[in-house]
Amino acid sequence: MREKRIRVLIAKPGLDGHDRGAKVVARALRDAGMEVIYTGLHQTPEQVVEAALQEDVDVVGLSILSGAHMTLVPRVRELLRENQAGEIPVLVGGIIPEEDARELKEKGYADAIFTPGSSLEAIVACVRDLAGSK
Amino acid sequence: MRQLVQELLQGNRRALARLISLVENDDKRKAEVLPELYRHTGKAYVIGITGSPGSGKSSLVDRLLESVRRDELTAGVIAVDPSSPFTGGAILGDRIRMQEHALDPGVFIRSMGTRGNLGGLSRATREAIQIFDAFGMDLVMVETVGVGQSEVDIVKYADTTVVVLTPAGGDSVQTIKAGIMEIGDIFVVNKADYPGTERTVAELNAMLDMKGAEDWRAPVLPTVAVRGEGVDRLWEAVLRHRELLESSGRLQAVRRERARQELADQLEHLVKSWIWEKIRARVPYEEMVEKIMARSMDPYSGAYRLLEEIDFPLPQ
Repeated sequence: MREKRIRVLIAKPGLDGHDRGAKVVARALRDAGMEVIYTGLHQTPEQVVEAALQEDVDVVGLSILSGAHMTLVPRVRELLRENQAGEIPVLVGGIIPEEDARELKEKGYADAIFTPGSSLEAIVACVRDLAGSK
Repeated sequence: MRQLVQELLQGNRRALARLISLVENDDKRKAEVLPELYRHTGKAYVIGITGSPGSGKSSLVDRLLESVRRDELTAGVIAVDPSSPFTGGAILGDRIRMQEHALDPGVFIRSMGTRGNLGGLSRATREAIQIFDAFGMDLVMVETVGVGQSEVDIVKYADTTVVVLTPAGGDSVQTIKAGIMEIGDIFVVNKADYPGTERTVAELNAMLDMKGAEDWRAPVLPTVAVRGEGVDRLWEAVLRHRELLESSGRLQAVRRERARQELADQLEHLVKSWIWEKIRARVPYEEMVEKIMARSMDPYSGAYRLLEEIDFPLPQ
């Protein structure tokens, strides 16, 4: 029988080309038995949200190292809401200063934020948690 | 569930995505949905694209979509990638090469993992095709890695099957000929800017000529997908093949055979699920496995014993 699998979108919105982190996380999620839809570099928030909708993912993961997170993350959340998909949890990984992280979470733009040095185990557990809460 | 079907028929993309998940997960509730949808199907034309890993199938699909959209047709894409046999997880990366149509409302791309079970994948693919069809897509393209039985299976649902090869000094023809030569309606030698292209095309042509006279001789087309070269000719070949199928009545015959197959598959699936459900509920299956291991029982009489236990009306 085919059972349900957690599906996660790993996307890199914006203009930075540093995809090592995104790929490491994608592999860790795959090794944890999840299906990871990887879209590659330089995605617009519109592309990210359209992919999330078409792939019917349980969690959206955004990797942002460009410093544009205060623009990109709220935009992704807004677009999800506009498409009646506001309930899909958004996880952000990247270089996010603490006060930005707090704001993104407080305003409901991001459900979880991971900065450099986070353990893969913690990320996997968090994705599993978020997928369950959807 | 009713509402989801209504939304799908009205063109709601979220409903489309959700219904595909339902069949992917083999969710029980699909039994409420699929019979409802079936009468809205039968209109979409299905194109299967298969070939070895790295042969450029995704790029080719991306470019084909340009031709499709230029002709004002809409398309659903099912991109199948292998799941890990150990963890069941998968990285589904076909979208990376299909960026051109990421925001095109006439295109809908769905990635699927094989999830380890060939019968299950084959059924999920067939049902996803039906959902795209009922949604109103003019075309459904199914892209799969062309090694092994699963692909040959999936191709059963395609009206036109495109087999994608690469030059690779002609060796690719050797590795792929078993089973794959028979299923291709069109052969593509992609990455035709690499050396060995002419030889591969010639070898394929030689093999196809041995098949004898038919009303359709599969063409062998060189392409360079990343630059879009040869893709127009590929699209023309698909259209010609479709025309031939339709005008010769073969499409009807193929689809009748498919209906026959679907009915048989569904019957077997129902009976199998029913039997397993009963056996799981009533019979100490694992104990029997141990007995067979210890050679105190054999699997042949064991199977009979199991069916007796669940009161299956076996003929004497």
